[in-house]
Amino acid sequence: MTEVAYIDRPSRALYFYAILYLGFLYIPVLFLPMFSFNDNIYIAFPLKGFTTKWYMEMFNNQPMWAALNNSFNVACVSAAIATLLGLFGAKAVTRYRIPGEKPIIFVIMLPMVVPYIIMGVALLILITQLGFDLSLYTVTMAHVLISVPFAMATLISRFEGFDQALEEASTDLGASPLSTFWRVTLPLVFPGVLASFLLCFTISFDEFIMAYFLAGTDPTLPIFIWSQLRFPLRLPGVLALGSLILVVSFVVVFFSQWLRSYRVEKTQPGI
Amino acid sequence: MTSNNDFVSLTDVSKHFGSVVAVDHLSFTISRGEFFSLLGPSGCGKTTLLRMLAGFESPTTGEIYIDGAPMSEVPPHHRPTNMVFQNYAIFPHLNVRANLAYGLRYDKIEKAEVGRRVEEALEMVKLPGFGNRRSNELSGGERQRVALARALIKRPKVLLLDEPLGALDKKLREEMQLELRALQESVGITFIFVTHDQEEALTLSTRIAVMTRGKALQVASPKDLYNHPVSVEVADFIGQMNFVEAQVMDVRNGEAVLDATGLGKITAPASSDFVQKGANIIVAIRPEKLILSAERRSDGLGAVQCTIKTSAYLGDRDHFYVSVDGCEKPFAVAIAETGANSDQSLDRQSIVWLSWADESLILLPRD
Amino acid sequence: MNETTIEVSALAPSPKSWGRRLYAWYLRSDALKGFTLLSPTLLVMGLTMLIPFGIMVTISFWAQIGFEFDTTFTLANYGEGVEQPLYRALLLRSLAISGTCAVVTVLVSYPMAYYVAFHVHKHKMTWIILMTVPFFTSYLLRVFAWKVILGYNGVINSGLKGLGLIEEPLAFLLYSPTAVVITLAHAWAAFAILPIYISLEKIDRSLLEAATDLGDGPVKRFLGVTLPLSMPGVIAATLMIFIPTVGDYVTPALVGGPDGIMIANLIQAQFGLVNNWPMGAALAIDMMVVVAVISLLYIWLTRKITEKIA
Repeated sequence: MTEVAYIDRPSRALYFYAILYLGFLYIPVLFLPMFSFNDNIYIAFPLKGFTTKWYMEMFNNQPMWAALNNSFNVACVSAAIATLLGLFGAKAVTRYRIPGEKPIIFVIMLPMVVPYIIMGVALLILITQLGFDLSLYTVTMAHVLISVPFAMATLISRFEGFDQALEEASTDLGASPLSTFWRVTLPLVFPGVLASFLLCFTISFDEFIMAYFLAGTDPTLPIFIWSQLRFPLRLPGVLALGSLILVVSFVVVFFSQWLRSYRVEKTQPGI
Repeated sequence: MTSNNDFVSLTDVSKHFGSVVAVDHLSFTISRGEFFSLLGPSGCGKTTLLRMLAGFESPTTGEIYIDGAPMSEVPPHHRPTNMVFQNYAIFPHLNVRANLAYGLRYDKIEKAEVGRRVEEALEMVKLPGFGNRRSNELSGGERQRVALARALIKRPKVLLLDEPLGALDKKLREEMQLELRALQESVGITFIFVTHDQEEALTLSTRIAVMTRGKALQVASPKDLYNHPVSVEVADFIGQMNFVEAQVMDVRNGEAVLDATGLGKITAPASSDFVQKGANIIVAIRPEKLILSAERRSDGLGAVQCTIKTSAYLGDRDHFYVSVDGCEKPFAVAIAETGANSDQSLDRQSIVWLSWADESLILLPRD
Repeated sequence: MNETTIEVSALAPSPKSWGRRLYAWYLRSDALKGFTLLSPTLLVMGLTMLIPFGIMVTISFWAQIGFEFDTTFTLANYGEGVEQPLYRALLLRSLAISGTCAVVTVLVSYPMAYYVAFHVHKHKMTWIILMTVPFFTSYLLRVFAWKVILGYNGVINSGLKGLGLIEEPLAFLLYSPTAVVITLAHAWAAFAILPIYISLEKIDRSLLEAATDLGDGPVKRFLGVTLPLSMPGVIAATLMIFIPTVGDYVTPALVGGPDGIMIANLIQAQFGLVNNWPMGAALAIDMMVVVAVISLLYIWLTRKITEKIA
C-alpha cells in the first residue's frame, strides 16, 4: 500500500496540471535567453543560428553599465535601510505590548496594497513641491517605502520563530539589552535579515513604475531597458542583458529562499 | 542589614495586566538557603511572581527586596538572581560550553577561570564531556541540566526555577527531583521553585506558598500544609481530603464537640479561634486516616455505618468510596495494601463501619 | 528590626536624580520601549507615504496653468473625472481588466497551490521556490516576453506560419485587452499561489479526515471543508492581484495597444506629456477610492457568503 494517508493520496490529473502550470510560468521567460543567442535582428521564428554578438554588443554598451551601476547602488542602499527599519519594527511588534498595534501594522503594510503609481505620483508631487531635484536619492526613498512591508513581514515571521525566553535568559545572565541584541537576537534572526535584504534588493532592482516618475537624469536599469524597448534594433541587446539578469536573479532567489527555509533549532521540551 | 530570615522579602506586591490582577498584594519572606516553592494551578500568578523576582515584569504596587536591597529599579541584568526557564532557553546557536560561559563575561572573570568554572559546573550537573554539544543534540533531561548549570555558574543569591521539571516524563522527573534537592543542599543557594504539581512541591521544598487567584493562601512547611491546612481551598489542593459540614456545640479544654452532617456528634481538637460555640465550620479528614471494618471497633474511635460504593486499585493502596447516610458526597478511604487498617470482605454494597481517631480530624472555617 | 529597615527604605526613597527615575519609569513601560523601536519605521512611513498623500489630495483641488499651479480651491478636476467619457471608460476598462485578471489568476492558481499543499510531500520547498522564482525576474522583461510571444512576428505567429497553418499573422493576439489579461496573469501568478498555498497548508489534516469519516466524498469534502477554510487565502490573493494591476501602466503600454490602454496610462500622461498635475492627482485619488470601495465590498461580500454557507 501507499505510505501516505488517505487524504494525501496523489492525484495524476493534478500532477499534470502542475507541470502545465510550471510550463506557463517558465516558457515565456525562457524565450528571452533563447532569442538572445539567435543570429537575427528580428525576434521571430525560425531561428537563424547561434551567436554571442548580442552579448558582446551589450558588454560594450556604456549607458547600460551606468544604469546597472545606478540600480545596484539604489537597491543596496534601499534594501539596507528597509531591512534595518524592518528589524526595528519587527522586534517592536513581536516583543512589546503596544497599544494600537494593529492599526500601526496596517499603516506599515499599506504600500503592499496601494498601486505603485499612486505612491509614485504622491512622492513626485511632494519632492517637487519641496523644491528638491529628482535623483537616485528620491528613487531610493520610494524603494524604501515599498520594501519596508516585505522586510517587516519576513522579519516578523523570523522573530516569532524563536522563543522570547532566549532573550530573557540572556538578560538574566547579565547581558544588557544591547549586548543581548548582538549576542542572541542578531545571530538568531540573521538568516531572516539576509533574506529580507535580498528580497528588498530584488524588489528595488526590478521596480520601474515609481522609478520612472522619480528618477531624474540618471536612469535605473529598468528605465534604461524601457527606453531600449522602443527601438527594434536594440532589442537583441536587451534580451542578452535580460538573460543575464535572469540567471543572476535565479541564483539570488534560490539562495534567499534557502535561507528562509533554514530554520532556527527551537529549544523544545522532550527529546 | 538583613538576617537570614528575610533574605528575600515581598511587601504588598501586586501585578496588574490591564484589568487582570495576576498577583494580589502578596507579602511574605523567604530565608537564606531555603528551597521555597510557589504552588498553584495555572493562572494563579506564580510565574508572574517569579518573573517579577527576575525583573522581567515590574510590580504594579509594592517592593521586592533581595538581601536587603530594593529591586524595583534594578533591571534584570543587574539582579543577583538567575533563572532556569520552563523550556530551558538554551541558546541554539551556541554549544553547551558557550552557553555556560555566556553570563560569566559580565562578571569580569579571567579566561582560565571561566574554563575551570565551566568544567566544574558540567561536573556538578553530571554532564562532563558535553561541552561541544549543541542544544539540539541534547535530551530533555540534559537540557534541563545545562540550564541549571548555566544559571548556577553565576553563583546567584537566588535561583529561580520556572517549572523546570514540567516537560520531563514521570520517571525522569522523579530522578531529577532527588538530584535537584541534593544539589540545592550542596550549593546552599536559595531556590525559588514554581510548580503546579503538589507532590513535587511536597517532596522538594522546605516551605511552600500555596497560591490561587494571585493570593498566597498559606505559606508553610510541607508537613504543616498537609496536616494543618488553614482553609478548605488549601486542604483540597494538597492531597485528597474528605469534607463534612458541622456546627460547634461546645468548646471545652481545647476539645470541640460538633454536630457533623452524617457523622452525628463527634469530638475534635479545637486549635483555632474560629471554633466557637454555635459556629458553622467544616470538618476535614484525610482518606488514609479513615478505617473500614466489618464490626464496630471496640477501641473507642469515632465511628459510623456506611455502604461501599466503588473501589479503585492503585498498586500500593486501595481506594474505596463509601456513602454515609445524610452526606451528599461519598467518603474516600485509602487502605494500604498491607491491610493495616482494613478488614476482609470489603465488597461493593456491603455495609461496614467507618472509623477515625479524633486527633486526625481537622477543623476549618467555612469560606 | 529588619522590618523597620525595610519600611524606612520603602517610604523614603533615596535621593536619586530625575534622570534615573525617568529611566526606571521608561524601563517599566513596555509600550514606550515598543514605540521607541517602532518610531524610525513609523517616521519613514509617515514621511514617504502619509505626507505625500496629503499633498496629493491638496493638489487635486488646484488647477494647472502652464507650468504653475493655481492654488484656489476647485472641484473641477473631480468634476471632469466624472463627466469625461474617456476617463470613465478607461477607469471601467481598467477595473474590468484587473478584475478579470485577478479572478482568472486565482482560478488557475488554486489547483496548483492545492497540489503543492496536499500532494507534494518531499521537496515542498523546491516546488515553492520553482513557483516564485519567475516572479523575481525583471517585470519589464517578463511583460516583454509576452510581446515576443504574441507579437506580429512573434513566437506564435511565426510558429503557426512555419507550420503552414496560417497565411497571414494573427493581428488580434497582441494589442488587445486579452493580451493584457494574459500578461498580467503570468506576471502576478506568485501573488495568487502563495496566499492560497499558505491558507491550504494551515488546514488541520484531521478536519479533512473527520469529514471523510462522517461520509463526505472528495467533492463534498472539498466544498464543505477545504474551500471555506482556504477562503482567506483566496480573498488575499484576489486583492493582491487586483489592486496593484489597476495601477499598472507598463503592461498596457507594451501589449495593450489602443484598446488595452488603462487608467494608469492616463494618469502617467497627466504627469508627463499632458502636464496637468492636479488632474493627474485627482484621477489617482478617484482610482484609489474606487479600488478601495470595491475591495472592501468584496471582502464584506465574501465574508457574508462564507458565513451563510457555514
